[in-house]
Amino acid sequence: MALARTHAVALLGLTGALVEVEADISGQLPGIVLIGLPDAALSEATWRVRTAAQNSGCPLTRNKLTINLSPAALPKHGSGFDLAIALACLAADEVVSAASVGSVVHIGELALDGRLRPTSGMLPAVLAASRLGHTTVMVPAGNAAEASLVPGMRVVGVASLRDAAIWHGSRLEPVDVEVIEAPGEDGADTAEPELADVIGNDDAILALQIAAAGGHHLFMVGPPGAGKTMLAARLPGLLPDLDPEASLEVSSMRSLSGRGVGRALVTRPPLEAPHHTATAAAMVGGGSGRIRPGAAARASHGVLFLDEAPEFASAVLDALRQPLESGEISIHRANAVARFPARFQLVLAANPCPCGQYGAADLECSCPPSARRRYLARLSGPLLDRIDIQLRVQRITAAQLRLAADGPRLTSQAARQRVVTARAAAAERLADTPWSLNSEVPGPWLRGGPARLPGATTAVLDRALERGGITMRGYDRVLRVAWTVADLGGVARPGPEHLGQALYLRKGMSS
Amino acid sequence: MAEKDELGRLGEERAAVFLVAAGYRVVARNWRCDQGEIDLIVERDGEVAFVEVKTRSGTRFGHPFEAITVQKLARLRRLAAAWCDQAMTRPARIRIDAVSVIARPGADPEIEHRAGVF
Repeated sequence: MALARTHAVALLGLTGALVEVEADISGQLPGIVLIGLPDAALSEATWRVRTAAQNSGCPLTRNKLTINLSPAALPKHGSGFDLAIALACLAADEVVSAASVGSVVHIGELALDGRLRPTSGMLPAVLAASRLGHTTVMVPAGNAAEASLVPGMRVVGVASLRDAAIWHGSRLEPVDVEVIEAPGEDGADTAEPELADVIGNDDAILALQIAAAGGHHLFMVGPPGAGKTMLAARLPGLLPDLDPEASLEVSSMRSLSGRGVGRALVTRPPLEAPHHTATAAAMVGGGSGRIRPGAAARASHGVLFLDEAPEFASAVLDALRQPLESGEISIHRANAVARFPARFQLVLAANPCPCGQYGAADLECSCPPSARRRYLARLSGPLLDRIDIQLRVQRITAAQLRLAADGPRLTSQAARQRVVTARAAAAERLADTPWSLNSEVPGPWLRGGPARLPGATTAVLDRALERGGITMRGYDRVLRVAWTVADLGGVARPGPEHLGQALYLRKGMSS
Repeated sequence: MAEKDELGRLGEERAAVFLVAAGYRVVARNWRCDQGEIDLIVERDGEVAFVEVKTRSGTRFGHPFEAITVQKLARLRRLAAAWCDQAMTRPARIRIDAVSVIARPGADPEIEHRAGVF
């Protein structure tokens, strides 16, 4: 009898695919058949759509409706297809204009009273629609602000199915309904902790700035109460604001994990600090039906902080090796591969031994040497190999506390300014290369070519290599950090003192 | 006779008149066997249709067609087979139809016929 079609978006990871929703009316007893690999939540759309349409004053046809979600082989999840299905059904019945419905992408879940509920993953879905060449999208009013964050997209926010039908040319009288709002913004603008709160630990504060300026991964070892967690929480505050593309990606990830995005894009780098009981799926992402991002993906463009790192299951830590290498997580399932960005800065913190007192000045360690060795050995070599800065953090003493009360302390604001300047210097030097941060530069480029340092400068490093104190890989890492130290100091090329400092940040722990 | 049975009887009556007007010949009405009852059996051009008639006095509780469930249709299909077994001449083709009658008090009933619903 009649056929109509419209579009919706199916998300797989952060990438979206356009789904064509076709509705056909045939002269049979009333019923809705939904085909095209829907999951359980999507199969129930037929009930929501029928009831919502009835309660919106535009009931569905009393014939049989066959709804096809195409491409039929692509698995589809969630309730965001309700609006598209309802409008395709109404268009097939000629209640609304089929041409109008066909030219718009629809995303939204229906409530039984016909109002539209906000759905998670709106930002990446609208972004996908925009990338696939669509210009108009109809979304629940509660999601309209989030959808409008995508540049160049015409967003139509509707409160109910009735409003949607009216927009598409139905001759219904508008009825005012209460808009269903998206869940709270979940502290999108919470203040970042202040660096000036840290007392003493000047080494560590400098190391934080170096890590922030060069994008270096950081490993802190120290007894309980030394301030490792406090320091790590302040690293995002030192990082510069996100650039527009990163900001869109971070906001999309927030949206996808069901946390509100609010009315503006996230501009500050995220901090993710999963507990050490986290599973591999919680860390990198997973899930049986819908593949959800893990902590590492949510920390992309920000900081992934693993407190008590040796307590993490070794499989979980080693799952981070792929994202550390490629900046991307791909999760494979039999029927699909989901990809998430994972360009995070890794910060590990650990006690030096199970009792935590080894190396502390005030208390005696009670661990047998074998336990001590085993404890830090839980962090695999390949993982530690990727970490440029390894630092020992000490508890502060009463003298330091008194001293710190008078002296000026570095604020996050000032430190961030230094980091931004240092990053700009690095970006200028690396302008002709594919890299922009010192941590990304490969060793051969540092040891040869224009960045090669004279022998007199690298003498201290060469001696460490000769003595076997560092490996060749470690040598490159020290060079990288040395460049960042020089950038932070406003020097064009690192000198011996910068290399010395970098070497200390690499070897300070094992001494 | 209960009110609802009366309404059903009236609906079947109207449905039969409607189908006759559409060129069908009534073969049997309220045909019974031990498995149940077929409301209406009609025939046109050698094709026999087993008709389920559903009558309501309004649509407040849904359209009559919505009350015809899959189970009801399945039973109708078994009954159709039983009717064919006892028929003198086996029909060449059979199908299952549904007719809805909305008999609002004081108004002409609205009748809708849907062919081949199963």
